[in-house]
Amino acid sequence: MSLLEVNNLKTYFHTRNGIVRAVDGVSFSVDKGKTIGIVGESGSGKSVSCYSLLGLLPMPPAKIEEGEAIFDRSTDLLSCGEKVLRTIRGKRIGMIFQDPMTSLNPYMRIADQIIEPLCLHMKMDKEKALKKAIHSLDEVGIPEPDNRINMYPHEFSGGMRQRVMIAMALITNPEILIADEPTTALDVTIQKQILDLIQTRQKELGTAVIFITHDLAVISEICEEVNIMYAGRIVEKTDTKSLFRTPKHAYTRSLLKSIPANQVKGEKLYTIPGLPPDTSQIIRGCAFRERNQIGDQNQCLTNSRPEFKEVEPGHWVQNCPGCLS
Amino acid sequence: MPFLEIKNIKKHFQKKKGGLFSNSFDTVKAVDGVSIQIEKGEILGLVGESGCGKSTLSKTIMQLIPPTEGEVILENDSLTTLNAEKVRKRRLDFQMIFQDPYASLNPRMTVWSTLKEAIITRHGKLNHKELENKVAILMERVGLDQKFMRKYPHEFSGGQRQRIAIARALAPEPKLIIADEPVSALDVSIQSQILNLLKDLVDELELTMLFISHDLSVVRYIADRIAVMYFGKIVETGEAESLMDNPKHEYTKQLLDSIPRISIH
Repeated sequence: MSLLEVNNLKTYFHTRNGIVRAVDGVSFSVDKGKTIGIVGESGSGKSVSCYSLLGLLPMPPAKIEEGEAIFDRSTDLLSCGEKVLRTIRGKRIGMIFQDPMTSLNPYMRIADQIIEPLCLHMKMDKEKALKKAIHSLDEVGIPEPDNRINMYPHEFSGGMRQRVMIAMALITNPEILIADEPTTALDVTIQKQILDLIQTRQKELGTAVIFITHDLAVISEICEEVNIMYAGRIVEKTDTKSLFRTPKHAYTRSLLKSIPANQVKGEKLYTIPGLPPDTSQIIRGCAFRERNQIGDQNQCLTNSRPEFKEVEPGHWVQNCPGCLS
Repeated sequence: MPFLEIKNIKKHFQKKKGGLFSNSFDTVKAVDGVSIQIEKGEILGLVGESGCGKSTLSKTIMQLIPPTEGEVILENDSLTTLNAEKVRKRRLDFQMIFQDPYASLNPRMTVWSTLKEAIITRHGKLNHKELENKVAILMERVGLDQKFMRKYPHEFSGGQRQRIAIARALAPEPKLIIADEPVSALDVSIQSQILNLLKDLVDELELTMLFISHDLSVVRYIADRIAVMYFGKIVETGEAESLMDNPKHEYTKQLLDSIPRISIH
């Protein structure tokens, strides 16, 4: 059994304009020390599925309709209640967010923010915690950590702030690290440093990483397994190599085709026509049918949602004849 | 004669050193002696990481901030010596597209009023019919349905908003477009749509474009030539593909090495 097993997670938002099915039956699992990626466009439900696990969504309007998320064989994160969740969140499961400019408290010194998890979860005294905090800043490559720790977030650059976030998320040696687009707001050179850092810290600590991004190139560099999400569901799931070598679903193939790096200069870029479906409407049939140009649109299912099926050992895909052709 | 010539532009900012009442200053050399030439109809990609001065450079070209030293010459006219009013008139010829379409459009103006305002700056008072016609043509040009004319920015998706921002920039019929990270905030699938649109517009309307980005793969695809900027200076320029395949400067090499690539091996 894996470290974290998410089964058939459904998170709906009950809004004035109807029910938005942001996450509509998502299952994935993470093993100890492994890295899995979740890829999708904005609005595909990738962040919402991870926020649901940690109880970070405002409820209402959000509601977890169905599903379970078994952590460490014993606790169901979705039904265990806030009290139990508090002992796990920030201690055994850490999280890094996209925007390091807004995820640190601007009114608090780095020192006070970074020792908070130690004092709360490990009942460490302040002096000891401070020592450990300085050490952890040193480990993520912040120069002069004993000086810098007394500064405020605005005195750090974007890349440095993201390093502080990583140090903070990893300070309690969590078993799982959820990284939600941790490098999207950063430059390429800084992005590389941050990705390298996450990987080295992961190796040293044996942390499992769930990496959420819309950048397929980043996925190809750091993940072992990839889940492609579309309209609240996973459409394809396999190990990274076979995803890029033999992508099966039409959506995955379209995504790969529209990356400018893969394109011959001067030729027109491939674009996926149309927009993702409105998840406040009930989707009947294949969600990608309208935009499917690479496969055979006419063969796409129209009356039932395609089921998620293992077509090759370890390679799962939504079984819609139109999208697979 | 190049269409736009930037001659040894410098922009230095004074930053107060020490306490509140001290009188000494540090100089931040945001742009430090940049010379670029852009030919008519060309797309020049400007690459560099945040803080290297590329946005300051674009603002000095737009004459939004005066340069400390140097000259900006657009079609034989030196913009840096013109007075404020003349610059404002001349600015119709060069327009800007910004990174964040959520922040760059006025949330209280409909597409119609945003575009109408921009058209009037070029053509003066027009009657309603003519205006409506021009707005409709603009919207069609950037791939928006003209029935959305009376909608507000928040009713559109990110990609559509960027299309509105592009239409807004095209409304005064400019000759030069400065696009500052126009696709960085967008998803891959939307990104390719906007890149195609920009490329088509440059070809159809014979525009000249300065395309600023930190994403090298995007720049390689769209630009004819690339200039790499580092700490306020241009360290390397060259034809797009040869610069990418065969970088000379150490910094360009480092930049190319840090791009994540899809490897299937």
